[in-house]
Amino acid sequence: MYTEQVMEHFTNPRNMGEIPDADGIGEVGNAKCGDIMKMYLKIENGIIVDCKFKTYGCASAIATSSIATEMVKGHSIEEAMTLSNKAVVEALGGLPAHKIHCSVLAEQAIKAALADYYKKQGIDPEPILGVTCECESCESCGKHH
Amino acid sequence: MQNSNFIYADNAATTKLSPQVLDKMMPYLTEEYGNASSLYDFGQQARTAVENAREQVSAAIGATAREIYFTSGGSEADNWAIQGVARAMKKKGKNHIISSAFEHHAVLHTLDSLKAEGFEITLLPVHENGLVRIQELKAAIRPETALVTIMFANNEIGTIQPIGEIGAICKENKIIFHTDAVQAVGNVAIDVNAMNIDLLSMSAHKFHGPKGVGALYIRKGISFRNLIDGGSQERGRRAGTENTPGIVGLGEAITIAVSTMDKRAKKLSAIRDKIMDGALKIERSRVNGDRNSRLPGNVSLCFEGVEGESLLLMLDLKGICASSGSACTSGSLDPSHVLLAIGLIHEIAHGSLRLTFSDENTMEDADKILEALPPIIDRLRLMSPLWEKIKRKEGKK
Repeated sequence: MYTEQVMEHFTNPRNMGEIPDADGIGEVGNAKCGDIMKMYLKIENGIIVDCKFKTYGCASAIATSSIATEMVKGHSIEEAMTLSNKAVVEALGGLPAHKIHCSVLAEQAIKAALADYYKKQGIDPEPILGVTCECESCESCGKHH
Repeated sequence: MQNSNFIYADNAATTKLSPQVLDKMMPYLTEEYGNASSLYDFGQQARTAVENAREQVSAAIGATAREIYFTSGGSEADNWAIQGVARAMKKKGKNHIISSAFEHHAVLHTLDSLKAEGFEITLLPVHENGLVRIQELKAAIRPETALVTIMFANNEIGTIQPIGEIGAICKENKIIFHTDAVQAVGNVAIDVNAMNIDLLSMSAHKFHGPKGVGALYIRKGISFRNLIDGGSQERGRRAGTENTPGIVGLGEAITIAVSTMDKRAKKLSAIRDKIMDGALKIERSRVNGDRNSRLPGNVSLCFEGVEGESLLLMLDLKGICASSGSACTSGSLDPSHVLLAIGLIHEIAHGSLRLTFSDENTMEDADKILEALPPIIDRLRLMSPLWEKIKRKEGKK
């Protein structure tokens, strides 16, 4: 059902854990749906120098979070902002149709962490990032998908 | 494919075909290919084999051979029993059916279809222990109640309903009683007369028989309609050329299962109890369903803060085949209707694990499972923000 890349990231997740002095933290999803993703960013001079995740969810939720951290780590904020769920799916060699929402969560988790970073800087993230997902229920929000 | 570390603990999904059963089937898959409905001797040999199997099946549940109808499996038997009785009884002005909230989808979805046709359906609650309450059944009965359909044993949490009591109440109220016994046959003693069961569904591959064959027991004298029309097979009740090898396999498998039931129950309940007790030592874990009134080989657990699909895949990497009722494994947004029916909230139901055993399993399997589980749970909890929240809440208390 899953590609080798998904299983590889699931069994050996990259950058799993927390950053105690993170500059931005984003959390999306909810327990009711069975997926919660939390992203931690450490940002220096506009570059994401460290990125860690914690995820409650299925194998594809864990794999998408893991690969998303790799895709933004070492990159600029601007590059991280353009991370799309499609790119995450491609990097994993594809996901089953009913698991695509996991990749959307990964994209949203990175964006939510960036939004938190901007807020901490006293900058309104909305004009830069658009509306980010902070709601409790992913199904009812309808902002993405 | 199966190395020494392979543990198959998903016997409620399907079981391994018994070599003895395969031996009995083999001639009918090869040389004895005659049509059981043909008149010449070559066909009549197949007929004899089919009728022998009918005797074997009827003997296993205390019925007579003429009350056994072969089907393609448990789902067909459930569909037929419910639709067949409902349509026959509607003519008599009865359009109400009582069932339970955690039936198999073969029953629940059939009831949905009947509801769309104007039938009224009452689903009895199954409560935290996964058992219907007799008082609630009595209260649900109406003058227009045509049928009560309640499963013998649940496929996810293994709870065994008070079938004899339900049967007695149905008899007293002149209501037809069907039970989906797909998980129970071969694991629990069944006597359709003593238990007042009017219709009973079974499926061969749940007790080491072949896939694609099952049977419906229909008590003599019950009004019911056909589901599959066509030729005059099964005394004009179920069309389609007899699946001779499958039927022979069903007959052999049920005979073996019933004759070894007591010994197996002892062995499996010891494995079951060891795993349940062992797993409960893991922080924030629970056993789903009544501990006593449950199938000997069924373990159903929930672990807070972890998600079932991840748990299954981690177990799979250790060579352990199990199942879960999480949303991710069901292919829908909601976790299993069975776990919700016993009152679990979504986030706990997502962390469910079902382990189901057969005679192929050993106590060593239980030890290996108990050894594999805690580090997997720890690992998943370590990466779980939900577990972090649970622990934080705990700290505040």
